Amino acid sequence: MAMPRLDPAPLVAGLMLMSVWEGLVRLFEVPRVVLPPPSAILIALADRHEVLVPAAGVTLGLALTALAISTVLGTAVAIAFRRIPVLERGLGPWALVLQATPIVAIAPLVIIWVGVENPRQAILILAVVVALFPVLASALAGLKAVDPGLDRLFRLHRASGWQRFWRLELPTATPFLLAGIKTAAGLSLVGVVVAEFVAGTGSTGGLAWRLVEAGNRLETATMFAALLLLALMGLALDAVITAIERRR
Amino acid sequence: MGAGSALSVQGLEVSFGALKALGPIDLAVAPGECVVLLGPSGCGKSTLLAALAGLTAPTAGSASTGDRPPGMVFQEPTLMGWADARDNVALPLVLRGMSEAEARQKAVTALAECGLAGFERARPTALSGGMKMRCALARALVTDPEVLLLDEPFAAIDELGRRDLDDLLLDLRTRLGRAMVFVTHSVEEAVYVADRVLVMSPRPGRIVETIVVDWPKGPRGTAFMTSDVFAQASAAARRTLAGVMPAPVEAA
Repeated sequence: MAMPRLDPAPLVAGLMLMSVWEGLVRLFEVPRVVLPPPSAILIALADRHEVLVPAAGVTLGLALTALAISTVLGTAVAIAFRRIPVLERGLGPWALVLQATPIVAIAPLVIIWVGVENPRQAILILAVVVALFPVLASALAGLKAVDPGLDRLFRLHRASGWQRFWRLELPTATPFLLAGIKTAAGLSLVGVVVAEFVAGTGSTGGLAWRLVEAGNRLETATMFAALLLLALMGLALDAVITAIERRR
Repeated sequence: MGAGSALSVQGLEVSFGALKALGPIDLAVAPGECVVLLGPSGCGKSTLLAALAGLTAPTAGSASTGDRPPGMVFQEPTLMGWADARDNVALPLVLRGMSEAEARQKAVTALAECGLAGFERARPTALSGGMKMRCALARALVTDPEVLLLDEPFAAIDELGRRDLDDLLLDLRTRLGRAMVFVTHSVEEAVYVADRVLVMSPRPGRIVETIVVDWPKGPRGTAFMTSDVFAQASAAARRTLAGVMPAPVEAA
């Protein structure tokens, strides 16, 4: 399979924007606490990488765990909804209510429930709450997208419920599911960061906490470095899932 | 009913609630015979085919399609986009419990039979419309059915491609001795592939006319299309159809 050619345009545009940023900050002598130049951000990244990179690892680990839980749970709930329609009618709207409630508003409650001493659990729960819905919705849409002609063919050959699921419903749902997982990947990262903010303790040692810490110390360049790492993680997650989609 | 029929239907009726959609229908098709159902839309052609396939339960009467389940080709190719041609064709055998390896071997043979040798590993997206239909035909033949049911199979294919597929069908009929029930709304196609054309009338769907196409078995081609037999059978079909077509404007 041919690798898609990398378009140089975003790289060139990015470098040009960085240069303008660097130039303007130097020209107008903007204080570094307000807006550090890109060079200072890179220096901060190099100086603090011993703290930032492990913190990024913790955040990524939490996001991936939340994504895995959401994928399994969302798919399982979708299958249950499909098998038992009254479940979908009864619980579907409530899933929507959960989805519509801002995660920041639920976070303090979850932290009270699991206890302040268990921030890791609270973070996982919150990230799953945000990441679950896109997986559930897309899996459900996928399971319902079965081609009516293929449905007739499976009935003609007296396919069992099991055969129908593995050979017809699941393959039909897979592209839908992957699109849902892609959305969920970004959201699980958001969920982890928000939960780390609200949990407000450094005991999990995630990147969001380092961001808050650097802010308290007015180390703006370090904040930007942490942001850069978060953005790179989001992009990497997206790229991995896109690669899986392409392989099909 | 003839004792040697591959397909026999006796007093078959299908109702949807209070509405009688079909019947009573009596029909026998011999091995190697192609019977075409021709009629306006809503005359129950597809319902009859679904009842023959066992997809729709008859309200009265019975239909028998031999010991093995009938093969069926739908209006669309209805191939699984995530599987290659070979696995698509192997599906009916796998669903019926054959091992994947054995089913694939049989699928390769069926694909070759339908002119798709060399395309075993191609995904449906890589196949043309006509090739997809050949793949669907191979899938219908792979279970070695005595009866082949075709529901307007080539309606979406262009004129020349359709003639190709019709010829393939005629060839398979002669070579493999399958009984075929072919649904179409094209008079030309009906007469081209048929040994018998059954004209149906709507509400409820019934067979109102049988037109025998008297031509030797085997390929037909241009010689047949320009013959008097073809012209007369087509004219007879058109006359009967004109009689059963619903009035163009009906009071609401």
